[in-house]
Amino acid sequence: MTMSSVPPIRRISTDATPTVVDGATSDQWLTRSADRDTEQPESSPKDAPPYVPAGAERMRVENMSVFFGENEAVKKVSLSIHTGEVLALIGPSGCGKTTLLRTLNRLTELTPGARRTGRITLDESNLDLMEATHVRRRVSMVFQQPNPFPMSIFDNVAYALREQSRQRPKKSVIAPLVEDALRRAGLWDEVKEDLDRPALGLSGGQQQRLCIARAIATRPEVLLMDEPCSALDPISTKVIEELITDLRKDLAIVIVTHNMQQARRVGDRVAFMYLGDLVELGTAEQVFERPMAQRTKDYVLGAFG
Amino acid sequence: MSSFPQTLDDLPPGGFGGSLKSAPSAATAKAPRESRADWRLGDRIGYAMAWAAGIALCLIAASIVGYMGWQGLQYLRPELLFTHPSPEVDQAKSGGFLDPLLGTAILTAVGITIATPIGVGIAVFVVEFGKPRWLARTVEAAIEIVAGTPDIVLAIFGLALFQNSIFSWMSFTAEGGAVFGRSFLTAGAIMSLIAIPMVYGATREGLLSIPRHMREASYGLGKTRASTIRRVLLPAVRPNIATGAVLGMGRIAGDTAIVVILLGATLRLEPEGGLPGLDILKGTGSTLTSYVYNNSPAGEGGSFEKAYAAAFVLLLIVVGLNAFVDVVARRGSKNGLPTRPGGS
Repeated sequence: MTMSSVPPIRRISTDATPTVVDGATSDQWLTRSADRDTEQPESSPKDAPPYVPAGAERMRVENMSVFFGENEAVKKVSLSIHTGEVLALIGPSGCGKTTLLRTLNRLTELTPGARRTGRITLDESNLDLMEATHVRRRVSMVFQQPNPFPMSIFDNVAYALREQSRQRPKKSVIAPLVEDALRRAGLWDEVKEDLDRPALGLSGGQQQRLCIARAIATRPEVLLMDEPCSALDPISTKVIEELITDLRKDLAIVIVTHNMQQARRVGDRVAFMYLGDLVELGTAEQVFERPMAQRTKDYVLGAFG
Repeated sequence: MSSFPQTLDDLPPGGFGGSLKSAPSAATAKAPRESRADWRLGDRIGYAMAWAAGIALCLIAASIVGYMGWQGLQYLRPELLFTHPSPEVDQAKSGGFLDPLLGTAILTAVGITIATPIGVGIAVFVVEFGKPRWLARTVEAAIEIVAGTPDIVLAIFGLALFQNSIFSWMSFTAEGGAVFGRSFLTAGAIMSLIAIPMVYGATREGLLSIPRHMREASYGLGKTRASTIRRVLLPAVRPNIATGAVLGMGRIAGDTAIVVILLGATLRLEPEGGLPGLDILKGTGSTLTSYVYNNSPAGEGGSFEKAYAAAFVLLLIVVGLNAFVDVVARRGSKNGLPTRPGGS
């Protein structure tokens, strides 16, 4: 295979040395991939204004790698996740952003052959030492495809709330919590008459908001969203983007998206990943307007991906 | 089963050749249909044979139902359904087939009650756990062996098994201490073996058709695997379980060899022991299949008219069960899982 026949995405990966650009001075919210002397920032981070995270740190990922068999899907990534902000993960397909997301609530470990190194903390306690189901209630997830369960709208939300304990709470206890979750997901006014109707009868956008309601019903600290709008039409997308902006007030949100306009619209911070590397992490404005790494520049300007 | 007509529906309306050649001339009113005249000879023969086979099968089915309907309705009297049979040479006095009809119902109920939880459990184990891998493969192979074993072999095996004294509670014990081994319980236990593969197969298909993201949605909410199975997966495959169970009931209702060997094929229900209800289960009896067999010229040849009438009733039961499966399957595909992701 000659170099000219290699598609640009590969060429970039072979030409450029891996770079991680620290977009801001503060090491508190971003630590560079450690132990990689080649990965010096291309320009001085002093140019960037210091970033002040919106809220308290909820999760911290240190030097995390994820392997599927021999394949290193995520390479020594470090980042932190804060309440009150939306962290958007962007990058071409297969760059590891979804894997990174799924690792944050330990869904990756359900995949046979998956292996992880590095350290993840949730509120300063080690994720690996917690029970997986407990982690997933605090770090809940919304998926790419709207995937309500084949039951009623009420039961979809109630399912998340029930069985937290051995005793099943009564409906009278659950109902206000369901209403609250549906309200926060902006769905209550549309479905309050039809709570007993099957959830699969809702439109795609409503289904996705139901999935969001389900995910936030247990009052998680972190909400993970894996391309939540990619299966939806533009109007539903807009509704959900507004919802994300609302929700981040009392949540930390991590969203994976292929859509750079969306990352820019909803993201407070944007992380660009490429072939498993976290190439650049900074405020949305900075990553899109003044990207520091060449590969980020190429990607956000539409040169590949 | 139910997926067969769906694949036919997916074909273009013009049959196999419909849309192949239509593309170039789409501009004007009607695209010319491809003529099958320029197909290869072998293809044309194959096409004709496919048609002929389909129509022939319809004719065979129609003639079975038609002939049995004609014969059955000719001899079927309502009182046959409500009178006990009695051993008389004179057919005017030999009664109806109330006991065989009840026997079919009881045996089917016993068999499917045993088979459904076992079949569902095996399917859940194989699909949702499947570990260790060798064990899951062995289980699958075992199911296939059971499904492929002729019912007469299962019946003989059952008789050998249930005549052991530890199973004496399932049938009755003769004075010398010999366990009889024949009862609704023993026959039902072996009948469950021919129904388990149907329940297992239908449940397995249902579980496999649930997309992975449905399970992940549940895990993503912090649910355990057990609660995912109980609250999400099993409710979602309920139509499949019903389908498998009803198909299994059809198999049980239609089986003869196990009835003859393990139920005793006594003309009437013969309760054993004192407890009402349980005494019938511990006793022997007959079903419509054994009744038809015994009254037909192949058996004792007592009364072929009554054999026809009973056979017609049996056919109605089995066809009715299959029709029920179709209804359940159709309703299940409408309200069940989204086959079109994100469908609106």
